[in-house]
Amino acid sequence: MNLQAENVSWSVAAKQIVDAVSLVVDEGEFVGLIGPNGSGKSSLLRTIYRILQPDTGVIELGGTNVWDVTPGEVARQMAVVMQESTGDFDFSVREIVMMGRNPHKGMFDRETVWDIQLVDDALDQVGIIDFAQRSFLTLSGGEKQRVLIARALVQQAKFLVLDEPTNHLDIHYQLEILELVKSLGTTTIAALHELNLAALYCDRLYVLKQGQLVASGTPEAVLHPDLIRDVYGVWSEVSLHSLTGKLTITFFPEKVGRLLDRKKKG
Amino acid sequence: MERSTLDDYRTSFVANSLVIPSLGDKPISTPAEVQGNTPSPKSTERLRFWLLLGGLIALLLISVTLGVSLGPVDIPIGVVWWIAASETINVFSDITSFELNRWADIEENWTRAQFNIIWLIRFPRVLMGFFVGAGLAVVGATMQALVRNPLADPYILGISSGASVGAVMVLAFGAFAFAGIYAISVGAFFGAILTFLTVFLLARSHGRLHPARLILAGVAVAYFFSGLTSFIILTSDNRELARTVLAWLLGSLAGTNWSELTLPAAALFFGSVYLVLQARGLNALIVGDETAATLGVDLTRFRCSLFLVVSLVTGVMVAVSGAIGFVGLMIPHIVRLMVGTDHRRVMPVSIFAGSIFLILFDVVARTAFNPVELPVGVITSLLGGPFFLWLLHRQMKNLRSMQ
Repeated sequence: MNLQAENVSWSVAAKQIVDAVSLVVDEGEFVGLIGPNGSGKSSLLRTIYRILQPDTGVIELGGTNVWDVTPGEVARQMAVVMQESTGDFDFSVREIVMMGRNPHKGMFDRETVWDIQLVDDALDQVGIIDFAQRSFLTLSGGEKQRVLIARALVQQAKFLVLDEPTNHLDIHYQLEILELVKSLGTTTIAALHELNLAALYCDRLYVLKQGQLVASGTPEAVLHPDLIRDVYGVWSEVSLHSLTGKLTITFFPEKVGRLLDRKKKG
Repeated sequence: MERSTLDDYRTSFVANSLVIPSLGDKPISTPAEVQGNTPSPKSTERLRFWLLLGGLIALLLISVTLGVSLGPVDIPIGVVWWIAASETINVFSDITSFELNRWADIEENWTRAQFNIIWLIRFPRVLMGFFVGAGLAVVGATMQALVRNPLADPYILGISSGASVGAVMVLAFGAFAFAGIYAISVGAFFGAILTFLTVFLLARSHGRLHPARLILAGVAVAYFFSGLTSFIILTSDNRELARTVLAWLLGSLAGTNWSELTLPAAALFFGSVYLVLQARGLNALIVGDETAATLGVDLTRFRCSLFLVVSLVTGVMVAVSGAIGFVGLMIPHIVRLMVGTDHRRVMPVSIFAGSIFLILFDVVARTAFNPVELPVGVITSLLGGPFFLWLLHRQMKNLRSMQ
C-alpha cells in the first residue's frame, strides 16, 4: 500500500511547522524522515496519521484521502507506533496488544479465537510471548516498544508509521526494534533521529529543516557532510562501511570540524 | 576463520534487513493457523470474571434484603420478601388484568405498619441506593478514563457542585419550570454539563490534558459553585429553602418514594448500557488520545457523547439524592484492584459494586446512630476522605518503587 502526500502544510499560531511538503512511500519501501528536533518530523507524521488536520495539501493512502474517511477506516489500513505510556493505569501486555483489534470490531463484537491467535502470533513474533500476562507499566522502554509493535501487527494494517520509535532507548534496543520492523517487510515511514540507523535501515530518506523538505533520495545520495552541516549544524565524515556496505557517519564538534576542513584544503 | 564468520554475519545481516522482499498488498501478519478450541489463558480469566459477577449479584440481593429489613424497626427477612412477592403479583395483575393474585394466594401475615415501612418507605429507598450507587460508580469510572486521571470523580471535578447549583436555581427561582416534575433534574443536568466542559477546557492546552490543572480547575469550580449555592440560599426570601437544600446538599436517600425512581432507573439503564458498549473505546482513550485516534476512535464525537452521558447520569443522580461524594472515586478504584483496567470488566463490576456499597452504607447511615439518622453522604465522606489519602499514599509508594 503506497502513501502520497502533496503539498502538506500545517501551522500553529502563525508559525509554519510543516511547510508545503510532498513525499511518496512506495509499496514495500522503508522510508525515513530525518531532521533535527523541531524540524516538523512528528507534526508531518501526525498529519498523516490523522491527529493534525493539515491547513493545505492532500494525503492519500492507497489512493484514498485519509481526511475524507473515518478514523476507523484509516486505522484498518495504517498502524502507528509512537512513544506511549498508560499513565497511572495499568494494563496487561495482552490487553494492550488486543487493542489492535479495536478498528476491526463493532460495538457488539466479542473476541474470537482468531483474535486471540493473532495476538499470540504477534507476541511470539516480537519475542515477548512470555510477558503476555505481565503489567505494561513494569516493562522497560525497549519491551514497551515491542508490545506496541505487536499491537500494530494484530491491527493487520498494510502501512506502518513509526514516530521516533527508538527515542530514549539504549542502542541495543534501537537496533533490535528497527531490525524487527524491517523484517516485517511492511511499507513503512519512520521519523528517526539517529542518522547511522537511518542510513542502515532506510531505502530512501526525506530531510526536513524548519518544516521544509531540503533533500530526498537514497541515504547515499542524501547524507552528505555539507547537507548534515546545513541541517544539523555539525561537522561529519561519511564513509561506506566495509561490513554492511551502508553509510556510516562520524560526527565532530565545530572545533575539530574546522581543523579537518583546513587539513583537506591544505 | 575470522573472515568467514564476518562474511557469515554480513550475509545474514543482508538477508535479514537490507534486502526488501517484493511484496503484494499484504497485511503485516496473518496467524499461521487457527485451531478450533485453543485453550488460552483467557478462558480461566473469563471464568473468574463471571464467578466474580455472580458473587456480586448474590451479594446485591443480600444487600437489598438487609437494606429493607434493617432499620429503626427491624422486620424479619421472610416478611420482607413475602410483601415484595405479593406486591409484585398485585402490580402484575393490575397491569395485565390477568388475575395472578387469585392463583398465588399469599396469606397476609404482616401488619399494615410493616407493609408501609417495607413497601412505601424502605424498598424505594433501597432501590434508589441501587440506582444512585451504580450510576455514580459507572460515571466515575468513565470520567477517570475520559480525563486519564485516577483522581477524577463527579464530586472532585466540581460536577456535582455544578449540578447542585442547577438544582438549587430550580428550587429558589423556579427555573426550567417547563420541565414540570423533572425541572430539578433538567437544572442539574445543565449545571453538570456546563461545569464538566468548563473544567475540561480549563485543564487543556495545546491538545493535552494536564492532570494537576484538571484537579485544580475542578476544585476551583467546585468552590465557586458551592459559594454560589450558599449565596442563592441565603439571599432567598424562601425561609424553608435553606433547610430543604441543606439536607439535600449533604447527599441523602431519605424520603424516596416510588414515583421518583423512574428517571434514575432510566438514566442508569441507558447510561450504563451505552458505556458498557463503549468499553473498547474507553480502553484506548485511557492509554492516550493519539493512541485512541490511531486505533480508529473518532475522538471529538466519542468525547462529546461521553460528556453528554456522564453529565446526564450525574445530573439525574444529583437531582434525586444530592451530592453523595466519593462513590465515583472509590468504587472504580477498588474494582480495578480486583479486575484490572480493562473496561469490559470494570464497567459491569462497577455497577454492582457501586450499588452494593451505597445500599449498605445507607443502612449504616440510618441505623448506626439510632435514633439520629445521618445523610448517607456524611458517611461516604467520612470514609471517602481517608480512602483518598490512602490512594495518594499508595501512588507515591508506587512511584518510589518504580524509580
